[in-house]
Amino acid sequence: MLKVDARGDACPLPVVKAKKAIAELNGAGEVEVLVDNEIAVQNLTKMAQQKGYASKAEKLAEREYRVLFTVGDAPAEAEEAPVCAPDARTDTVVVIASDQMGDGAEELGKTLLKAFVFSLTQQDKLPKTILFYNGGAHLTCEGSPMLEDLKALEAEGVEIVTCGTCLNFYGLTEKLQVGTVTNMYVIAEKMLNAGNVVKP
Amino acid sequence: MAGSEKIVFCTGGGCTAKLGAGVLSRILEKLPRGEQDPNLLVGYDSKDDAAVYRITDELAFVQTVDFFPPMVDDPYTFGQIAAANALSDIYAMGGEVKTALNLVCFPESMDLNVLGEILRGGAEKVAEAGGSLAGGHSIADTGVKYGLSVTGLVDPRRMTANDTGRPGDKLLLTKALGVGLICTANRVGEAAPDQMEGAIRSMTTLNKTAAEIAHKYEVHAATDVTGFSFLGHLHEMMGDKLSCVIDAHAVPVLPGAWEAADACLYTAAGQRNRNHTGPFVRFENVPFPMEEILFDPQTSGGLLLAAAPQDAAALEQELRAAGLPAAIVGEILEKQTTEITVNY
Repeated sequence: MLKVDARGDACPLPVVKAKKAIAELNGAGEVEVLVDNEIAVQNLTKMAQQKGYASKAEKLAEREYRVLFTVGDAPAEAEEAPVCAPDARTDTVVVIASDQMGDGAEELGKTLLKAFVFSLTQQDKLPKTILFYNGGAHLTCEGSPMLEDLKALEAEGVEIVTCGTCLNFYGLTEKLQVGTVTNMYVIAEKMLNAGNVVKP
Repeated sequence: MAGSEKIVFCTGGGCTAKLGAGVLSRILEKLPRGEQDPNLLVGYDSKDDAAVYRITDELAFVQTVDFFPPMVDDPYTFGQIAAANALSDIYAMGGEVKTALNLVCFPESMDLNVLGEILRGGAEKVAEAGGSLAGGHSIADTGVKYGLSVTGLVDPRRMTANDTGRPGDKLLLTKALGVGLICTANRVGEAAPDQMEGAIRSMTTLNKTAAEIAHKYEVHAATDVTGFSFLGHLHEMMGDKLSCVIDAHAVPVLPGAWEAADACLYTAAGQRNRNHTGPFVRFENVPFPMEEILFDPQTSGGLLLAAAPQDAAALEQELRAAGLPAAIVGEILEKQTTEITVNY
């Protein structure tokens, strides 16, 4: 595995250095990139998506993030390169509309929801998408107790999407830690096209 | 010779150095506003970058300030760009430039000839705008920053706010997009010299001609496209009460911008723009590099005009005849679920 320390580098340098390291792999392998801000993580992830590399991001500490690129054997420049993981995903969409599961004691509701998301990571059949809106939008942001599980799900190919209007409303736009931001049109479309919609 | 002095480069120059809109609006919301003055026609409540204060029914002054770190090596060019960018807010309101004051941050250890070149570039643009450079203020600082505080005049009955467009209006853009991506590519040595020259030509062009031509037609709203990107400023223009559809094929793009986006030379500001404005936008078959261009922070970008439908074609034609890469890029609609739809 090649390691790139791009902490202290302004965009686009982390992406430029990552691309150079990936080229040096000269085939399959892994590249680890360290950066010091979330925007750089998002730009690295965007590059991975465009170039068809699998990528996984995690926050190691305050101002320290790690993005791991996994480059396959196939020519990586292919336009619509699929992420090469056995597809264990169903066409189920999980909708998380609150930071709690069920009605009752708040503390219990939060514990249950965290356990639910952890349990998702343990399933053989994973959902295709997890949608977060309204109170649920807090769960993909800084301070959420389930970020690690959500990142693990994302790394398995589960699409994690949060409602942008909700992030704006709660002042969380800059705090998103996992997945991407979307609008109501896409949320409606994903729910309508789902085989199953699961709402814990 | 002073002209060959290079500015020591900073991390991200021009409008890529702007703070994100999201962070900013949370702080601005909490500021005390004081008494409402009825003569303050455009102030904090609006998302316009300039303030407009009415003196009489026919006369108001427009006030604006803009400064940033360099995005090009040559100090004279940087001065021209920073001044053109600062003057642009007056043109976006439909005003005339009257006076300008220099704003300078400059390291004590740096060659003063560099500062001389920056100020010469700025002064030339103020003169071209028909304004008078009337003074300024300078501070010793670790990095170079330059800009202007500009005052202009406008007839308040004919000023163009940014959110007063109407359904049916055509949207026109007067400069090509992509200067942020091209400057970024240039910084990492991936822009061809002629691509960088094209971006510089665009950034040093005043929005004066575009504004003067627009003034002859029925234009309901205008803004200048700067750090928050084409889509970010378009979002402000929709002001929660309008929607629009954009034809991405029609959007003028500078040569080199697409290649830079395709090479993943993403800026931090571009990604912040995507985070902030992305939720209001639906892309229909738009290639990813084009998405990036539409989120690209512009330094000294063009005017985005909402023109009455019967005037739009003639306005476009006259802007082009004046040598501007202007184009009708979309249309304003009644408010819909999706605020901005971009087709390709």
